Amino acid sequence: MTDPIRPALLDVDHLKVSFATDRGRVTAINDVSFRIDDGEFVAIVGESGSGKTVSLLSILGLTDRRTTFVEGTAAFRGRPILGLPDRELRRIRGKQIAFIPQDPLTALTPVHTIGWQIVEQIRTHETVSKEAAKKRAIELLDEVGLPNPAAAFGRYPHQLSGGMRQRAVIAMALSCNPALLVADEPTTALDVTVQAQVLDLLKRLRRDHGSAIILITHDMGVVAEVADRVMVMYAGRVIERGTAREIFAAPEHPYTWGLMASIPPVEGPRPHRLPSIPGTPPTPANIPPGCAFAPRCAHRFAPCAGLPPALSASGHDAFCFLDDNARAAGRAALFAAPETAA
Amino acid sequence: MTPSKATPLLEARELSKRYMVGKTFMPGSGRAVHAVDKVSLSVWAGETVGLVGESGSGKSTLGRCLTRLYDISGGQLLYEGEDISEATARELLPIRRKMQMIFQDPSASLNPRRRVRDMLAEPLAVHKIRPRNEIGDRLAELMGLVGLPVEYLDRYPHEFSGGQRQRIGIARALAMEPQLIVADEPVSALDVSVQAQVVNLFADLRERLNLTYVFIAHDLGVVRQVSTRVVVMYLGTIVEMGETESLFAAPAHPYTRALLSAIPRLSASGERIVLEGDLPSPLDPPKGCVFSTRCPLATDLCRNERPKLTAGANGRSVACHTPLAS
Amino acid sequence: MITALIRRLAEMVFVMVGISVMVFLIFFATPGSDPAARIAGRNATQEAVAQVRVDFGFDRPLPVQYVLMMKRLFVDRDLKSFVNRGQNVIPQVLEATPITLSLVFGAAVLWVIGGLAVGVIAAATQGSLIDRTLMVLALIGVSMPVFWFGEVMNLLSQARFHDTWLFSWVPALGYKPLSEDPWGWFKTLVIPWFSLAVLYIGIYGRVLRANLVEAYQEDFIRTARAKGLSPARVMLRHALRTSLIPFITMFGLDFGVLVGGSALLTEVVFGLNGIGRLTYIALQNLDLPMILATVIYASFFVVLANAVVDFIYIFVDPRMREA
Repeated sequence: MTDPIRPALLDVDHLKVSFATDRGRVTAINDVSFRIDDGEFVAIVGESGSGKTVSLLSILGLTDRRTTFVEGTAAFRGRPILGLPDRELRRIRGKQIAFIPQDPLTALTPVHTIGWQIVEQIRTHETVSKEAAKKRAIELLDEVGLPNPAAAFGRYPHQLSGGMRQRAVIAMALSCNPALLVADEPTTALDVTVQAQVLDLLKRLRRDHGSAIILITHDMGVVAEVADRVMVMYAGRVIERGTAREIFAAPEHPYTWGLMASIPPVEGPRPHRLPSIPGTPPTPANIPPGCAFAPRCAHRFAPCAGLPPALSASGHDAFCFLDDNARAAGRAALFAAPETAA
Repeated sequence: MTPSKATPLLEARELSKRYMVGKTFMPGSGRAVHAVDKVSLSVWAGETVGLVGESGSGKSTLGRCLTRLYDISGGQLLYEGEDISEATARELLPIRRKMQMIFQDPSASLNPRRRVRDMLAEPLAVHKIRPRNEIGDRLAELMGLVGLPVEYLDRYPHEFSGGQRQRIGIARALAMEPQLIVADEPVSALDVSVQAQVVNLFADLRERLNLTYVFIAHDLGVVRQVSTRVVVMYLGTIVEMGETESLFAAPAHPYTRALLSAIPRLSASGERIVLEGDLPSPLDPPKGCVFSTRCPLATDLCRNERPKLTAGANGRSVACHTPLAS
Repeated sequence: MITALIRRLAEMVFVMVGISVMVFLIFFATPGSDPAARIAGRNATQEAVAQVRVDFGFDRPLPVQYVLMMKRLFVDRDLKSFVNRGQNVIPQVLEATPITLSLVFGAAVLWVIGGLAVGVIAAATQGSLIDRTLMVLALIGVSMPVFWFGEVMNLLSQARFHDTWLFSWVPALGYKPLSEDPWGWFKTLVIPWFSLAVLYIGIYGRVLRANLVEAYQEDFIRTARAKGLSPARVMLRHALRTSLIPFITMFGLDFGVLVGGSALLTEVVFGLNGIGRLTYIALQNLDLPMILATVIYASFFVVLANAVVDFIYIFVDPRMREA
């Protein structure tokens, strides 16, 4: 996986993000490291406040520079991008790294047409005529599956349905052929049948364009559908990392177990009660010391008051003190014999 | 469970809700949108009816019509056999107590300037549910029911997390000692780990308090978990309804099947049916079957004639000319 | 589009008729006051009052009185204010109109440009020294009473520093018609424009800044930045375009009200005999015909300005087109 000669597409090392708030500095992201290679489909999973979105926005320089402090390094194709002057970062943003936001209704400027907004992006990064940019925009809208793309070009965001808007947003993200697509909960605001369409589209685009995709989501089901590799985040840290196959076959962190077990199944036996994680995820302002999950964890023991050993550089690993036997036992208890309806 | 087995707790007969759009003061302007189109549905005491559908299916509008939060434009609504379709606000008052609603966003429905204690105590006093000297005990009891410490009574809504706020929303509904609770997407704004807690809470409360639920949600897994019976809606009409486990195991309507197959699974299983296109505009619904524009099995008959919701075996009803064999 | 236009015009007429009825009722049908005596003037004879009563139909039912009054105001245009030595009302209003329009229009140009500049620059430099300075200046502008500020400007330009190079070009107070002396028109009005605009630059700048700061929290701004657009482009093409609606709404209201006579203080301070002054004098003398004329005139501009604003909305925000 690690090619010593060619640098990774995106290499993030010891990323730390903190905010200035009324009550002093609050650390939202702590010690997050990962790398992504060309053409990979990586999912970052977490609940609200886990820092999954903030970590990527801070890498892209999209956080508020006056209130957000970003430490650590992030290199895009070997070139450090944290702390790059805005002028230089802008050449990468939108051209080589494109962003797909969560809610396509609020993510498009309401007063400009879809086509205008795509052409704007193309002409920001490339010197092409308006006509050529328009032609490309219509091709893109066609490619993402908008019926009648020429008409859609002249439409305003509010005139399209949610699914169509999300396709338009994806077309815009693709307009400069980016090497990396960052999608922040791209299907959360959509209905399931439309979500299925958009996930299929993302998979097809990865195949056709070879772009790497980072998908931020809270939905383990979506992850299972599309991702090659998975990072689970909790309270600002990566708490489990591995290939999708590894993580779904044998999740190692008690939080990941809980996350997977608490999804009500749509087939098979109906559990009498859903296994759930007690308590609520912490907000960045009140992350507990030591293992942040310990207060909600059924398996906590004395060492959890301290910080678990760092994740290994590669392979499947969890940020947890439990040993392999304890993990296997805990997992078995939760998944093997679900309590069925009485 | 209740003495009268013959009368449903709540019954909608061909209930419709129309909105006028583009209406000005000119007569004859504007067009009617059928948000809910002649829906007939009975809710029996003790059951949990899950209403599922995508946005634009009319499930939320139906929920609000069922509690008469919205006026209904056509058909009848009966509570324990009593016609309340035209009941005035004053006449509805005693029934409103028995029918409570819980909404998706608990923070939007809680007054940020009032402590939990005041919010919960007010309906108790106004409706004279409890004598004044028992209110304190009742509040503590309510907090216990929804799994919150009694000390939280003196806090303000903003001091709570989303899950806790939803618990307070539930406590407020329970304060009225209702028979029926209509919950509109009560867990969809919550994190997955918290969502499971609240889903379990709904189940516990049903058992402890003998409640009847109408549970509206777009998340099919959640609906399957809580419901005894499921109603699938599409474009303002019911396309299928039936007993939960059998409906999920063997959907009879092509839409239900597509909806179920579209859910991402943890373990990949089965072929996925990806529907083409979007929901048709409710301003211009298809002439025939509402689903005919997207149905992979649609025939000319489907496109021209709307199928009726017909009852079959095992309490299953389907509105389809060519229902799928189970 | 055409039907929308016609419908809007019909609404305008409807509103104006409504206003004229209300004004009429307030001044002519208030119990205990005799409109005939008012119109006849202070030292009028019994015969003159009786004559007025017959002429205006004050002895007939109210609807007839109203129709007669409107007919004299708009069709015959011979409505006279007796107390004002019997001059016709309409020509006086027509004479005052260009003065007020000149004053308000010029000030409006200044305050729109100034408000946009203050708002955009402050929002772009949010939290910096520039932002804070601009906001303090805007607050001062909002707080200064226009009559005081106008007098100070007069004191500086007409008296203390009139002989210096800075203000030697300033002509004496008063109005010079645009058609006769464009340059003189401009010179007499520059200082009134500025005095009137200062308040509005302050208000508009602060409101626009608040709207822009809010717009910067929106998802679409993040999208625009993620596209790699320059900050200036993000500001002007994305944030500003979507923040203009409140700005335009305020403009419509303020412009209409000012043209309708609310620029009174500025008019008085700078010796401009505009609508505001005309209304003021009419009210002082309880000159009913004149009050009626100026109020209807004012309502016309308020209603017109609002209609224009509605059309600008449609142009600025496509979401309003379908409504």
